[in-house]
Amino acid sequence: MSYFIDRRPNARNKSAVNRQRFLQRYRSHIKRAVEESVNRRSITDMERGEQVSIPTRDISEPSFQHGPGGRRTIVSPGNREFAEGDRIRRPGGSGGGGSGDGQASNQGDGVDEFAFTLSREEFLDFVFDGLALPHLERKQLKSMAETRPVRAGISREGVPARINIVRSMREAHARRIGMRAPLKRALREAQAALENEERKDPVLRNPARVEALKAEIERLEKRIVAIPFLDTFDLRYNHLSHQPMPSNQAVMFCVMDVSGSMTQAHKDIGKRFFLLLYLFLERNYERVELVFVRHHTVAKEVDEEEFFYSRETGGTIVSSALSLVDELIEARYSPQLWNLYVAQASDGDNWDDDSSTCMALLEESLMPKLQYFTYVEITPHAHQALWSAYETIQSHHPERFAMQQIVQADDIYPVFRKLFRQRTSA
Amino acid sequence: MTRRTPIATGSDWNFDVLERYERAIAALADEYRLDTYPNQIEIITSEQMMDAYSSVGMPIGYHHWSFGKQFLSVEQAYRRGQMGLAYELVINSDPCIAYLMEENSLMMQVLVIAHACYGHNSFFKGNYLFKAWTDASAIVDYLDFARKYVDQCEERHGVEAVEQLLDACHALQNYGVDRYKRPSPISAEAESLRQAEREAYLQTQINTLWRTIPMPTGHAQVPAAHDDDNDPLGLHRHGRYPSEPQENLLYFLEKNAPLLEPWQREIVRIVRKLAQYFYPQRQTQVMNEGWATFWHYTLMNRMYDDGLIDEGVMIEFLQSHTAVVSQPGFDSPYFNGINPYALGFAMFRDIRRICETPTDEDREWFPDIAGSDWLETLHFAMQNFKDESFIQQFLSPQVIRDLKLFSLVDDDRDDSLQVEAIHDDRGYRRVREALSIQYALSAREPNIQVWEADIRGDRSLTLRHVQDRRRPLAQTLFPVMRHLHQLWGFPVRLESLDGGEIVRRYEWPIPDPARESA
Repeated sequence: MSYFIDRRPNARNKSAVNRQRFLQRYRSHIKRAVEESVNRRSITDMERGEQVSIPTRDISEPSFQHGPGGRRTIVSPGNREFAEGDRIRRPGGSGGGGSGDGQASNQGDGVDEFAFTLSREEFLDFVFDGLALPHLERKQLKSMAETRPVRAGISREGVPARINIVRSMREAHARRIGMRAPLKRALREAQAALENEERKDPVLRNPARVEALKAEIERLEKRIVAIPFLDTFDLRYNHLSHQPMPSNQAVMFCVMDVSGSMTQAHKDIGKRFFLLLYLFLERNYERVELVFVRHHTVAKEVDEEEFFYSRETGGTIVSSALSLVDELIEARYSPQLWNLYVAQASDGDNWDDDSSTCMALLEESLMPKLQYFTYVEITPHAHQALWSAYETIQSHHPERFAMQQIVQADDIYPVFRKLFRQRTSA
Repeated sequence: MTRRTPIATGSDWNFDVLERYERAIAALADEYRLDTYPNQIEIITSEQMMDAYSSVGMPIGYHHWSFGKQFLSVEQAYRRGQMGLAYELVINSDPCIAYLMEENSLMMQVLVIAHACYGHNSFFKGNYLFKAWTDASAIVDYLDFARKYVDQCEERHGVEAVEQLLDACHALQNYGVDRYKRPSPISAEAESLRQAEREAYLQTQINTLWRTIPMPTGHAQVPAAHDDDNDPLGLHRHGRYPSEPQENLLYFLEKNAPLLEPWQREIVRIVRKLAQYFYPQRQTQVMNEGWATFWHYTLMNRMYDDGLIDEGVMIEFLQSHTAVVSQPGFDSPYFNGINPYALGFAMFRDIRRICETPTDEDREWFPDIAGSDWLETLHFAMQNFKDESFIQQFLSPQVIRDLKLFSLVDDDRDDSLQVEAIHDDRGYRRVREALSIQYALSAREPNIQVWEADIRGDRSLTLRHVQDRRRPLAQTLFPVMRHLHQLWGFPVRLESLDGGEIVRRYEWPIPDPARESA
């Protein structure tokens, strides 16, 4: 007796728990591999999984086994030239070699690394492990300008489009039962009395009472019929209340100096930083928009391609970019609706008196609106005026303003982690 | 025999066609007296097959990271194309569950039904080892019980504590069987009913074992070798505990480890019971695969003769079958040990040949079976042997010649390897002997037994390893000792014996020399 079962529609991820257990157990190994790969990878490459290798000895499941040495006899197939008594040089020179009985375990000798692939999701989880967006919570509570209608029970008033038919009919039914009950009772009593009267001997019958009862019955029957099937009183409406909705969209302004002093290497470093931030925001918000603002002496909003690859020369006025960002916020991204992030990359050069302008601009108009401002300075040299101006701002907004220096590409990931590491909120 | 029209042609299959083939195979299997459990044939996707792989084919299992590791490595190999997934997976249960992959062609599905649902299935039902050691009707329920129990423990005691315990048990799971004792069959219902009772009872047993009140002396037999001068109070007069060496380490730990909590003992028991379930499979690989391969070959040929499959399917089958039973030579880059399918198939085919058309050599070597009823003989061989004894009994000179088997001695006292025997008249018996030993569990796994639990002294546990032809233990013994120490809770020692003499001692935790000299 046999029967077939089609299991294909069943859940596929039966091993998901065991897989997670494994990743959890070797967390430190995997994290190290992920960090190395982030540093190594090109930017466009972040969006895929990663192959991770762990030394086999670290994850072996030990059991008692025979070691090399001693005397063993091995039977093998495919003899062509050997005759009994032949002596053969030991292959490889290593005493006895691996276990020759063909029963070696599947993580057998010679394999030093256990390699497996992390999915993209798992990879990014490890990349951003332990990181948190600063003040995500606070912002969500603050920006309650947007509302959305939420079902909030039933009400007696409303527009016809929101009639709740089931509740209305239930009310009507209850009302009909309630209103008919006393009438029906009176009717039954009247009918009983009438019957009683009519069963009496015709001599004893009281014609006036019979008349009165008949009239009463008729009146009651009319009243019962007159009870409306559905009354306006019965109508019930779905009630919607407007609940403030935390904003779940973010815009990220990428601001970069493209003046002559910025080389392509600088820009690549900047790009990586922007990319990490973008991926990170993307995991925390439903929707993330990118705005690219580049500047030398004047600032301009550009597309991504132009942002990273077009070449410009000239001096540097940082405030031009900051004021453009401010204008864009005013025009398109109301702080009520958007979580605003600014990431700025520069080599630290700025026009002499401009740094104080930047400071004023940030202090007065930008910082109150922004969720977070990050500044990375890509330079091996000493800091200039812009850095110290920003340092002042950071001291005013220690929670929302972050700045770091990057010397080479390897620094990006650690710096990024430093900027966004999870803070235990007091 | 009338030639019928094929049930289906081409490579596409559907459930209707599969059912008709299944019925046809069932009818033929009946002719060949294949006695099987009912078949539960499940069609699954390749992803589900990977899931099934990582849980050793069990439909349900408790959670453990090692299964996740298994899954990742299968997935990796499969994605890179280094490894094809098996076309089927079959579980020794009643009903017998067989997984078929959806991407198999029609031929593959028919082959797999013949191979798994009639070959393996009848082996599970007929072979003496499976009969003695497993209870096919209870295994799925038991797995369900095990999973729920482990889940509960994780909830109560934390995932980490359970994981560490399972790690330790897994390290010893090959030592969870009493080889010479018939086990009681496992039953899930009875397990969960008795479980609470057992917990309470076990704990009282342990307490008795470890109580500190001195036992009344006198009635215990005094070991002859005991020196009374060193033991005037007779504290050591009770002899060793356990009085006989114990080979079932997990059982010994479950019953005797002094510090384990009741739930921990239960988990040790679960690992032990599952190890017992897999015990026959470890010893019958060649036979089991050989038997299933023999039958899919025989059944497919019968179906072709009867006209149930056409030439196209048959050619596809022959190609696939040839690949399955190929045996690359030892010097081939594809060599990966002896292919159990090839050896087993060759032997079962050879038994049939010996029965049907015996040569003089066969009459001399196998007087009992030469010329006998082949089906009878084949069933007898399937039912009453394991790999070791099957080879010892049935490996014929013909098969040794066909596979060109030779045996090689690797002795670390000798600086070269020596060919001990080849496929000639002088060598047949020695090759057969050597191959049989190669499949003996006792030669594959080190022989380690519990020797003494020092219940009156430092509570240490001593194991003894009896070396097999001077073969030492691999370095993995240190992590295993650590796991053993976790379970026992007091120092564990391991003595390696060769020819009755202790040649090496190991101890965990590693004794602190400073304290010892003090």
